[in-house]
Amino acid sequence: MAKDSGIGASIKRREDVRFLTGAGNYTDDISIPGQLYCFFLRSTVAHGKLNGVDTAAAAKMPGVVRIFTGKDFEAVGGLPCGWLITSRDGTPMKEPKHPILASGKVRHVGDPIAAVVARSLAEARDAAEAIEVDIEELPAVIDMKAAVSGSAASVHDEAPDNICYDWGFVEENRDAVDAAIKGAHHVTTLDLTNQRLVANPMEPRVAVGDYNRASGESTLYTTSQNPHVIRLLMGAFVLGIPEHKLRVVAPDVGGGFGSKIFHYAEEAFCTFAAKAIGKPVKWTSDRSEAFLSDAQGRDHVTKIELALDQNGKFLAIRTNTLANMGAYLSTFSTSVPTWLHGTLMAGNYTTPLIYCNVKAVFTNTVPVDAYRGAGRPEATFQLERVIDKAAREMGIDPIELRRRNFVPADAFPYQTPVAVQYDVGNYQATMDKIVELADVAGFPARRAESAARGKLRGLGVNAYIEACGIAPSQLVGQLGARAGLYESATVRVNAAGGIVVMTGSHSHGQGHETTFPQVIAEMFGVSEDMVDIVHGDSARTPMGMGTYGSRSIAVGGSAMVRAAEKIISKAKKIASHLMEASAEDVEFKNGVFSVAGTDKTIDFASVALAAYVPHNYPLDQIEPGLEETAFYDPSNFTYPAGAYACEVEVDPETGVVEVKSFAAADDFGNVINPMIVEGQVHGGLAQGIGQALRENTVYGADGQLLTGSFMDYAMPRADDMPMFTVDHSCQTPCSHNPLGVKGCGEAGAIGSPPAVVNAVLDALNSGGIKVDHIDMPVSPARVWDAIQAAQH
Amino acid sequence: MPKVSMTVNGETVSGDVEGRTLLVQFLREHLGLTGTHVGCDTAQCGACVVHVNGDSVKSCNVFAAALDGASVTTIEGMANADGTLGVVQQAFQDHHGLQCGFCTPGMVMTAADLLKRNPNPTEAEVRAYLEGNICRCTGYHNIVKAIMAAAANMSGAKVAAE
Repeated sequence: MAKDSGIGASIKRREDVRFLTGAGNYTDDISIPGQLYCFFLRSTVAHGKLNGVDTAAAAKMPGVVRIFTGKDFEAVGGLPCGWLITSRDGTPMKEPKHPILASGKVRHVGDPIAAVVARSLAEARDAAEAIEVDIEELPAVIDMKAAVSGSAASVHDEAPDNICYDWGFVEENRDAVDAAIKGAHHVTTLDLTNQRLVANPMEPRVAVGDYNRASGESTLYTTSQNPHVIRLLMGAFVLGIPEHKLRVVAPDVGGGFGSKIFHYAEEAFCTFAAKAIGKPVKWTSDRSEAFLSDAQGRDHVTKIELALDQNGKFLAIRTNTLANMGAYLSTFSTSVPTWLHGTLMAGNYTTPLIYCNVKAVFTNTVPVDAYRGAGRPEATFQLERVIDKAAREMGIDPIELRRRNFVPADAFPYQTPVAVQYDVGNYQATMDKIVELADVAGFPARRAESAARGKLRGLGVNAYIEACGIAPSQLVGQLGARAGLYESATVRVNAAGGIVVMTGSHSHGQGHETTFPQVIAEMFGVSEDMVDIVHGDSARTPMGMGTYGSRSIAVGGSAMVRAAEKIISKAKKIASHLMEASAEDVEFKNGVFSVAGTDKTIDFASVALAAYVPHNYPLDQIEPGLEETAFYDPSNFTYPAGAYACEVEVDPETGVVEVKSFAAADDFGNVINPMIVEGQVHGGLAQGIGQALRENTVYGADGQLLTGSFMDYAMPRADDMPMFTVDHSCQTPCSHNPLGVKGCGEAGAIGSPPAVVNAVLDALNSGGIKVDHIDMPVSPARVWDAIQAAQH
Repeated sequence: MPKVSMTVNGETVSGDVEGRTLLVQFLREHLGLTGTHVGCDTAQCGACVVHVNGDSVKSCNVFAAALDGASVTTIEGMANADGTLGVVQQAFQDHHGLQCGFCTPGMVMTAADLLKRNPNPTEAEVRAYLEGNICRCTGYHNIVKAIMAAAANMSGAKVAAE
């Protein structure tokens, strides 16, 4: 029977009630009396010398309070990059300054040039139109291959060749990989693009800066996945405000998908301007502005080679990738194509030799950083595409080819040749499950039925693995991370039994307010109703690193468990005193302390009360109160993995692709709330299918963003999606965290794009249309073009 | 500045608005009804859907001044009189039809409008009716399930009442 409480129960989400009644508190819902409004004047050219900004006429416009330009920010720091990458030759990456407002040059359409602060948004917007900007346009650097050709203009003087770094991994394997590929029975080569995407959480970014003259404290309300990280970066590196004078609040946040991890110029601006003017300053992005200012995702151009022996055994992989950084280095941009990408190139397989070369490229485009999956979708896509192509070339069933190369279930812990060590897994099991869920046996009949209607039906199946639960601090420190990646929690048991958990994790759709109490309820034997979660406020929670990389339950949840264990340990001592027994003899189960071998018991609430009313209490041995904090630093990543299957129908007359079914078999280890886990997978699948079939970010050669609104950027809509079949019954619990959990937030977006593209290619090739590859998005036009090219 | 009066969630309200003030701005900034959201600027996302005189309308695309005398219902007016969730709202919670919650008010308002016009929609009809509402979190799976369930619950309630 399904549980109705604690770990494993599909409890309905408590946060839904406020969201369903309009009682949510998103950042734009916050208005502070006397607040002013900010509008950013942004560059309309991609690359240019900024000769002058004349604000005189604009400053006289109605309602204008003050106009800021780059000059006002020359004394403060630039937006920092959080991860140092070292090139193959041992030199550090090129790290040009990313100013709050453009200085000297503009480097992408949308680069902020000036900020008008006025009494109303309309007045700020009107005044911005009166600012005269003198820009001497320079050639735009847009295409990555052209950018590194040696004949392009330079985006930054510090990187004349537009290369931020040239990274090799594993550098020591380079010659061995070359030799293995040279001598192999078969080598499959694939050139592909993992196109640029825009995260597009439905809530655009917002920042409200406030300064309290009485306390000297600055407060920033912002749409962030990690308020403490913003406080650290903005306080220490940009504005020079110590932590005790800077509070960052991220209230209800309407989705992030990575794009709200990063520290943005607008946050620093509103905090700075509020203090400079002495009034609250609010900025609300509109969607068009979001397309020009939110960090974007993916954008890799890759050549991958897979060497196989005559039995289809993988011998070596070599990849060459150009990764777009855009115009400036966003917070975690440099880590995405390197440590979040190269380390995943073993996939689910025993390939012994792997070498990846990644050149990160500056272009006159919006900065690129982590987007749901971040590096791991890029790794999975190229690997699972090249395997499918190899299967076709060698005449081996694509599922069988994967099975021949899976890391065997008895080989864990498995040390990959790309640094990471998988602790647990069972890839045959998830493949078995997907073969069953997707009814692979029934596919020929469905294909025949489609054919009878003139349609080509295809089946795409692939495996995936990801590294989540980011991350062991000492390991990532060695790899160049400039931060620790632990998580924190304080568990406070109050006198009357009400429990509050203050976590550094942040929920922006994941449902922590429901799932975290399930863990506490299980551990303490209390009802979930007695537990509340506080998150998203640097003043109310211990220093934490926030939510991304599917880390909340694996790292934040582990910190909460550690704090709760400290509570139980202390409560046992109190209980032993109250029951006049030795602490070693006290057991705690289902919310009741008992003395082994006796009928003495005392409940959790009574112990909590005694902790705060310590009349009969061992004050000589333990302190009053029942509140504990824990910081948890994981010893390894977690490795969610699984197998996905997609069936499509292609109309050979029009190139239209219809997703007929999609099934996912995921191994997330233990699961706290199955309903929420399934919802996370659904959302990831939609983003992955969206990437495969619809979404694309297109810049003109002049650097104008041609897909700058929902009219042009094809967000997945309800009638583009099928109902999904998802399963998480294959469980190999994580071996190194207390809950045995792995994380589920990104899997869907990582595993699904290759399944869709493989299905389309299966449909075409099975119909006698020989096509090796179609780049995403596999739009009707691209499919139609591929059909025409194959037939003529 | 034009003065505008209308009924919002059953209450008569009025205010002075600029000619360019949108209904969504009037609701959010003048009346403090922040449940209605703005997710785009091209009338694509549907986070701002409210009901005006019984029809679903994107409140980012209509001027407040044009609605003098209108009757408007927002997400804040969708709960039952006793404060419990309405049928559509409850179905969204029961079926995990929301994650971040930002598109949710528009989804609920659109779903309620659909079920008023078509009490027993097919899955395809539900998906087609949501064309003007974008959700980035759920993949729509559970939204569609929630709306189908709401339809079933409503028809069940009607049968029980008869």
